[in-house]
Amino acid sequence: MTAAPEAVAGESTPVLSAVDVTKHFVVRGAVGDSSVVRAVENASVDLHEGRIVAVVGESGSGKTTLARMLARFYEPTTGEILLDGVPATGRATRTYHQDVQLIFQDPFGSLNPVHRVRHNLDRALRIHDRRLSASERRKAAIELLERVSLTPGEDYLDKFPHELSGGQRQRVVIARALAVGPRVLLGDEPISMLDVSIRLEMLNLLDRLRREDGLALLYITHDIASARYVCDDVVVMYAGEMVEGGPKEEVIARPAHPYTKLLVESSPDPDRVGTLSREELFDDAEALGEPPSLIEPPDGCRFHPRCPFAMERCRTQAPPRTDVGGGHWARCWLHQEGRAEEIGATTFAAALANRDKEVRS
Amino acid sequence: MLPSLWSNPKVRFGLVVVGFFTALAVLGPWLTESVLGVDPRANDISAIASPPSAEHWLGTTQFGQDVLAQLVAGARGSMFVGVLAALIGTALAIAFGVTAGYFGGTVDHILNFVTNLFMVMPVLPLIFIVSGYLRGTGLWVIAVIIGVFGWAGGARTLRAQTLSVRNRDFVLGMRMLGESHGRLVAVEVLPHLVGWIASMFLGALIGGILAEAGLAFLGISDSGSISWGSMIQAAQSQSAVLRGIWWWFVPPGLCIALIGTAAAMINFGVDELANPKLRAGTRRVIRRTRRAERAVAAEGGAA
Repeated sequence: MTAAPEAVAGESTPVLSAVDVTKHFVVRGAVGDSSVVRAVENASVDLHEGRIVAVVGESGSGKTTLARMLARFYEPTTGEILLDGVPATGRATRTYHQDVQLIFQDPFGSLNPVHRVRHNLDRALRIHDRRLSASERRKAAIELLERVSLTPGEDYLDKFPHELSGGQRQRVVIARALAVGPRVLLGDEPISMLDVSIRLEMLNLLDRLRREDGLALLYITHDIASARYVCDDVVVMYAGEMVEGGPKEEVIARPAHPYTKLLVESSPDPDRVGTLSREELFDDAEALGEPPSLIEPPDGCRFHPRCPFAMERCRTQAPPRTDVGGGHWARCWLHQEGRAEEIGATTFAAALANRDKEVRS
Repeated sequence: MLPSLWSNPKVRFGLVVVGFFTALAVLGPWLTESVLGVDPRANDISAIASPPSAEHWLGTTQFGQDVLAQLVAGARGSMFVGVLAALIGTALAIAFGVTAGYFGGTVDHILNFVTNLFMVMPVLPLIFIVSGYLRGTGLWVIAVIIGVFGWAGGARTLRAQTLSVRNRDFVLGMRMLGESHGRLVAVEVLPHLVGWIASMFLGALIGGILAEAGLAFLGISDSGSISWGSMIQAAQSQSAVLRGIWWWFVPPGLCIALIGTAAAMINFGVDELANPKLRAGTRRVIRRTRRAERAVAAEGGAA
């Protein structure tokens, strides 16, 4: 079930892994009727020391729910979260969080506006190690701030969140998470609310934490370009299901699932071969469709209503997982039907136009 | 925070008045004995129901008691009931509202049920029954009764506010560090409710003073103690209104109105601080703006 190459997976057990986790939320209506939102279905992901796994998908694809299950804010409806191969359900969340920390998407909401930076770090250090003296904690707090490139650290200790920029806040949030000495960092779209000009620095920071401290990172994003920049492995989610995964170069260069292809093609890329501009490719946004309802997901493959390659079988049966080599896998009927090369043969938009033509004729 | 509160004229008025009455309540006995040299309970037979004079600044009652001395002593009684009732009410509101909002689930169901129960209870008849049952009601008991029956509305407000704060990312973030629930409530959530709690306390203070006056007027009070309510009640029972002894009931009435206004003023000020849109332009700001406009116009004319 790993997205990492076999070489690595064989050597070590993953620090943190989700095994076939499913999360259903029950929504109660005003008149007592209830419906089930299938936020995540049978998702699996492995996080290894010193590696970054990116989870890519559009809004509402279940990325955040997956991260929050890994952070144990929600218990999965079925499936298990394993920390060092041991089910996490038995452990107190308090000790669990000594190993696993989550970085929230919104740096403006994840620091209490009434407390100084010092309070956040000091509490974290104190909870982590009660024996530390006040001066030791101060020193450790400054070190943490400098580790996330807030230098000189002393200048930031007495600042309130509103005195910091979005990027600085996110760094403080990361420093706070690092204060408890975690082995796994879950980033829930950690850069999506930051100014474009500082995103790269944040990605470099994550990369440095991975390299220097050997942290296992989960990087959630809707932007496949940033995933390509920083991660080792990519998992693509669509409507609560994982549709494709593998080493990033494989997945991005040779998408094995039509949805991944759509994602890759809709992200701007100056290197992409081809004369068509993005506007020409996707001039008719409506034709691309929109994500399905998670209360009544489509039967069969959840992507079939939007898929230009959809067959009769896609409408009724969920596709099985197919390995396409090199740790790269996808869930798509095209691989079972021997039509895999069709994905690479054309662009998504062209395939879509082709399908529409067929429907009309 | 404090300097900006003080710079607001409404708050300044409110604070001065509340401070004045608080001082009166604290220094009351010393003031009446040493400064005025009158015992508020002493009957001066030579001056029965006499209008304000040099000797009795606010006149005397039907029983020959000095109204000013009674007013000062009454400030202590009324403020005591108001503050104690507000303290009890606010503490209960925080305990029920914040706990229910923070923990949710079954805890919320139970606490919310109790809150709703207290909300729909007919408070006034209940107070009659309870105070009738506890015979010989002192001000202390009155305050406890008012506090215990008056927290439900505040608890609902705090519950709603807590619900919105506890799911904010910073609470989750601190919880992830391993903070205990107690600290999360006290250090992360409560500071966001301070404005609500302050205004609730001031509201409860007015409510407590008014409730005490109302109960005293209806005859439920400690006959031995003096409060503004019991003064008005005594004036009423001696038909002071019909006989034109206005100096007996107007001063305590005014005091109640004044402290109510003052507390409301502080509340307005706190609201304005929290929501700058409510702020009205002060005369100073308007004058400064006009002066700037004139200066610009003069410069334009010269050029």
